[in-house]
Amino acid sequence: MTEHIVLRHRDLEGLDQLDVYLENGGFGALESIVKKKSPEQVIDIVKKSGLRGRGGAGFPTGVKWSFLSPDVFPRYVVANADESEPGTFKDREIMERNPFQFLEGVAICAYAAQANVAYIYCRGEFWDLTRELDSKIEQLKELGLLGKKLFASDYSLEMQTHLGAGAYICGEETALLESLEGKLGQPRLRPPFPAAEGLYGKPTVVNNVETLTNLPPIINRGADWFSSIGTEKSTGTKVFSVSGKVERPGNYELPLGATFRELIFERAGGIPNGHAIKAILPAGASAPILPATKEVLDTGMDYESVSQVGSSLGSASIIVIDETVDIAWVESKITDFFEHESCGKCTPCRDGTYWMKHIFERIMHDTAQPQEIDLLHTVGIGIQGKCLCALGDFAGLAVTSALERFGPEFDLHAVGNSSKAA
Amino acid sequence: MLAEIYTQEIEAILAKYPSDQKRSAVMPLLFLAQREYGTLTNEAISEVGELIGLQSTEVASLVGFYTLYHDRPGGKYRIQVCTDLPCSLRGAQAFADELCEKLDIRMGETTPDGQVTVEEVKCLAACDHAPMFQLQEPNGIHYYEDQSAGSAMALIEALRVKGQVD
Amino acid sequence: MSVTLTIDGTEVTVPEGMLLVDAAKRQGTEVPVFCYHPKMEPVGMCRVCLVEIGRPARDRATGEPLLDESGDPVIQFGPNLETACTMPVGQGWQVRVASEKAIQGRNEIVEYLLTSHPLDCPICDKGGECPLQDLTMGHGPGESRFLFDDKIHLAKHVPLGELIFLDRERCIQCARCTRFQDEIVGDPVIGFYERGRRLEIVTYSNPGFDSYFSGNTTDICPVGALTTADFRFGARPWELNSAASICPHCPVGCNLTLSTRREARAGGRDIVKRVMPRQNEHVNEIWICDKGRFAHHYARDPERLTTPLVRKNGKLAKASWKEALTRAAEGLKEAGTDLIGVASGRLTNEDLYNLRVLFGKLGGKAILSDPMAGGNLVQRYGVGVGSNLSSLGKRDAVLVIASDLHEEAPIWWLRLKQAAERGATLIVANARATRLDDYAQHNLRYDWGDGARTALGLLHFIGADPELARFEGDRALKSAARAFKRARNATVFFGREGLNYAGTEALARACALMIEAKGRLGEPNNGLVAVWPRANTQGAWDMGLRPDPRGLNTALEGAVAAYVIAADPVGDESASLEKLSTLIVQDLFVTATAELADVVLPAQSFVERAGTFTSGERRVQRLYPAVSEPSGSLPDWKIVAEVARRLEIGLEDTAAPLVFERIASEVRDYSGLSYDDLAVVEPQWPEVGGGDNYFGGTAYANKQGLGVQLAPHRASRPLRWKAPPRASAAKDLLLMPVTKLYDQGRTLRPSKLLAARMAPLQMTLHPTEIERLGLSGAEEAEISWDGRVERLKFTPSTEVPPGSALVPRSVGLALLEPTPVTVRRPN
Ligand SMILES: Cc1cc2nc3c(=O)[nH]c(=O)nc-3n(C[C@H](O)[C@H](O)[C@H](O)COP(=O)(O)O)c2cc1C
Ligand code: SF4
Ligand code: FES
Repeated sequence: MTEHIVLRHRDLEGLDQLDVYLENGGFGALESIVKKKSPEQVIDIVKKSGLRGRGGAGFPTGVKWSFLSPDVFPRYVVANADESEPGTFKDREIMERNPFQFLEGVAICAYAAQANVAYIYCRGEFWDLTRELDSKIEQLKELGLLGKKLFASDYSLEMQTHLGAGAYICGEETALLESLEGKLGQPRLRPPFPAAEGLYGKPTVVNNVETLTNLPPIINRGADWFSSIGTEKSTGTKVFSVSGKVERPGNYELPLGATFRELIFERAGGIPNGHAIKAILPAGASAPILPATKEVLDTGMDYESVSQVGSSLGSASIIVIDETVDIAWVESKITDFFEHESCGKCTPCRDGTYWMKHIFERIMHDTAQPQEIDLLHTVGIGIQGKCLCALGDFAGLAVTSALERFGPEFDLHAVGNSSKAA
Repeated sequence: MLAEIYTQEIEAILAKYPSDQKRSAVMPLLFLAQREYGTLTNEAISEVGELIGLQSTEVASLVGFYTLYHDRPGGKYRIQVCTDLPCSLRGAQAFADELCEKLDIRMGETTPDGQVTVEEVKCLAACDHAPMFQLQEPNGIHYYEDQSAGSAMALIEALRVKGQVD
Repeated sequence: MSVTLTIDGTEVTVPEGMLLVDAAKRQGTEVPVFCYHPKMEPVGMCRVCLVEIGRPARDRATGEPLLDESGDPVIQFGPNLETACTMPVGQGWQVRVASEKAIQGRNEIVEYLLTSHPLDCPICDKGGECPLQDLTMGHGPGESRFLFDDKIHLAKHVPLGELIFLDRERCIQCARCTRFQDEIVGDPVIGFYERGRRLEIVTYSNPGFDSYFSGNTTDICPVGALTTADFRFGARPWELNSAASICPHCPVGCNLTLSTRREARAGGRDIVKRVMPRQNEHVNEIWICDKGRFAHHYARDPERLTTPLVRKNGKLAKASWKEALTRAAEGLKEAGTDLIGVASGRLTNEDLYNLRVLFGKLGGKAILSDPMAGGNLVQRYGVGVGSNLSSLGKRDAVLVIASDLHEEAPIWWLRLKQAAERGATLIVANARATRLDDYAQHNLRYDWGDGARTALGLLHFIGADPELARFEGDRALKSAARAFKRARNATVFFGREGLNYAGTEALARACALMIEAKGRLGEPNNGLVAVWPRANTQGAWDMGLRPDPRGLNTALEGAVAAYVIAADPVGDESASLEKLSTLIVQDLFVTATAELADVVLPAQSFVERAGTFTSGERRVQRLYPAVSEPSGSLPDWKIVAEVARRLEIGLEDTAAPLVFERIASEVRDYSGLSYDDLAVVEPQWPEVGGGDNYFGGTAYANKQGLGVQLAPHRASRPLRWKAPPRASAAKDLLLMPVTKLYDQGRTLRPSKLLAARMAPLQMTLHPTEIERLGLSGAEEAEISWDGRVERLKFTPSTEVPPGSALVPRSVGLALLEPTPVTVRRPN
């Protein structure tokens, strides 16, 4: 594939400048729907395109929009720009380099949802980026592309950025809404889902940056065009963030369904120093680790195929592990991450990640008893299916999948293990 | 008093949210207070609370929850090195160790002149440009990517000079 | 609408919308909970209530229930366990609480919790009544697989202020305490700090944990993380005895349990170790305020009177009961009918009844020292039987006028706040802002003294008496009146802030007429409630005492002999008693009045005796003796009867229930009542205390009686409104006594724990007034009125209406009514 849809700035220099964006058809999509299409029609187009959420869960975007409680106003749209999954750095590139397409996408979503206010929740670390977005929003306001009565219609839209302050959990949509309301970023009970009771208790759409950035091209070029890209159930392209042991880490936009092999070996240049690839984390810290078998490498990176081989695509942040890396160490880093980021609201996640972290400390110091490695598995299993949000499941799954698939690497750390001495 | 020094900023922040949802302004106001006071002291916390009708405890809760707020003194400049898994796979740990060694402090500590604190942080969404860190200073956070200990030290020296002047 | 489901094979039918935990509880199945509390919204945090839920399967296309071959519904169980505390029940569900999967899931949760919990049960205050301990026995793993070395070690004795201590290691992050403070009380002064396993409870308020309700968090904390400074390390729960009681501090009538223990330090006597709420869903639910919880120390104050005193050679000297009683009787006899009895609503009905009968027989008069009118109107217009503030909601209205409920009756404040949050129309009318304003739909602000005028304005709209047209108010008043009129049920709470006696009289009448105009007199949640200064002021009216409209001082001036019980006219209103030839004082302490007395008789405190109080909502409730009395003291009714005997008047002198029998045979509204009736209990929800204290907390279940609410009686004479008295002409400033929960009254001062929070003796006034009166920069102001001159400290507050200054009652300045004063800068 040569053409970029989301990372269009890679094909068009200066796309982060408003005049360039406008010259290349910018805001035509918004104008056309505001003038000619009802919100329901927009929702139908997006449903038909098959677009699925790029934030991790892969939920069909148009379907989500159609869950908004009817007749309840005001409504809100919130762009999830909290990007904090280890190994994920796509939303940042989109917002830095192709900001107007993203903002136009937010506006399209807001129109479809009949929201007059949209918030962009950026992780606090994106400080400079957010200041830039603020000035881009100002530019749009000056040109009348945001504000009251857009394109001489009755529709008005205001956009605001909001900075987080360092908490991975705020990427989880209900925690994000709590945080935006000025509270601790701890997930809410669901139901009610945000579409029914979201920000300030009002119907709210939360979408990922990349999801939103797909909207202008879908409107411009049609649902059929979009759904012709990718696989039957995973349509369109995806921005894959590749990190770890590869020659050329970075973002690569490929159709959904492209194989791990293509991404890692063709795009990202393969493994440095002639080493062999050992494992893949297809969704940062938040999905089971996959051994880099031939079967796995030839698997298409779409939501269905990745789950068929025992993991999930999530936000498509591919961390590549080569043969020089100890899987026990990988998992200890991941466990540290989740222990640090657990919000503390529910018991299994809060105390389970803490417990696992302590077992890992001994594992990494080679002072763990063999039965502690079994215990680690038990704890990891015990967390799953009991937590208030998916973070706990992620933490448990990461560890149990690694133990199941790379058990011997953990055993090497146990006290009295003879093969280690050799 | 924040209310007097930053009247316009505060108004602009409050204007972002519905008028009956002032609480939403607490996070930006905390950044503002941190800019003014460096550290979120109890006084700063209660000032922020008063601006939006929250109890100090409610405000302090947020300060404790979010890592970018600091209520314990540290350096004026915080070098926050990402040592999470993807960066560590690309040499971040060695970079962090070398930086600490050059500054003659341990991770988490502040240089004796009180200017620079080096901290470890989780993933900053810049994994393809490891080693990297962000610099948190009173009024902002900036990314520094593809770093070496040498480039980081050059920045720190420049900051120290700037910090002494300011 | 009800829903039928099956829990562990047993069918149960419950109201639609009930949560599964509650349904299980009703059915008798224990689903353990930590974070869930039946008084709060579910949050599903702790995850210990996991169960398996099977739901009837439906056909995807048609939505019709699927049936198996035998025609039974197909039940589908999800892959994951679910939290029973967050799930409203569903028709046809099959729930498994005791399945292996569910038990294992819960065991895992308990094991996770124990990873961070210390194993210090033997020294924990909660030991013996600890849900975590019980659940670990019942549900936890046999032994911990968590290495002890990994346990987090945190501070164990963290004061969250003077009243509440936190053991950070024991906290299981269930957020019951923080949610209680935020959701129920509206004082979010404790909160979580940090996140993950590092979450800890903190307070940033000043003083720490600044809330009148803080003690309740120690009851609902499901572990020993929160304890009161009063009880911490005081005793083990299983060593305690307990007795039911009623809080003596305000007219709400909160039901209490007094936990007692014999104490070497108290000379082997049993003493009250802690005061706990006792559940009465009609009155206080499972809450009490901190005054009720912590102000009990006066009962064992070493300065308590234990022997009668008689004046000899100008000095009070110890005397025998015989001598003192004889002397008292003689003094009364000598005075003929120029006698006066004075008593306050601190006494029980039994005491007040005997006193009133005694004075009736002697031809004198017994009057009430609590300076507020309306008790007779509450008898006629009081709330109907079955009234319950918890049941107020969308269709109901409440007017609170001339009262600062947060300070005067905290549990009413709390329950009205919650009623407003449930949608009841709350109207708050006062001359200044009070803490109930935040929850009111209508805030009416009037000038000091205009409470009655405002009420008449409201009445004008509600009752349409053309004569009232001259009290017509502004738009805000009209819209409040309209809301009041539109509501189905209406209750009025009236107080005395800013009013003199005549003002309260006019106010009470206007409020009573509003109730009458609504036309639902006698129905539940309709009626008049007086915010009395004392716990049993209503009982005093019911027993036939009432204040002298001319004022206590005037009444005393006309007498030759006075018998003063549980009142301190000298200390409270600078009464001059020199002219009396005989002064008998009966009290717990040597008060300022007692210092002038000829005879001082030692009485018993509420923890030592039986009796009844009648609450502001006219619920008659029993006190039970909890500890033995200090030797030498007697219950008030008994002392009065002993005095009477020496005057050849026969009063009941053997037992409190027998006095009550006489009340029941003689006092209208109490007719036919007995102590047994007052001891009747019925099942209450939620279930608290007892074996399953994880559910509602450690508040005590009520086994000793819910009391009886009296029905208002119809009177034949129509009630007329009264024009409001003229406001006193302002001099420099109107000095306004206001009630503070923590004053410096004699029953509060011995509680050292509360010392730091007691209101100081100082005026609060608007900053512009400080300037106007030339007080800027001065430390004190010199104020004078009626020949009195006082120096007072002052602080500015923009909340105080200009032209006035607030000064707390009972902190050292003898002042009961609003008083115009002149102000000078002291030189
Ligand atoms: C622990 C956790 C962290 C998450 N972090 C992010 C994130 O950083 N960015 C994001 O877009 N979605 C994140 N999500 C997913 C969001 O909850 C939500 O599904 C998403 O924003 C919906 O947008 P989409 O439908 O466009 O994907 C996270 C979910 C969980 C459980
Ligand atoms: S202190 Fe008690 S009530 Fe509060 S969170 Fe901890 S365990 Fe729960
Ligand atoms: S999650 Fe149900 S009781 Fe805590």
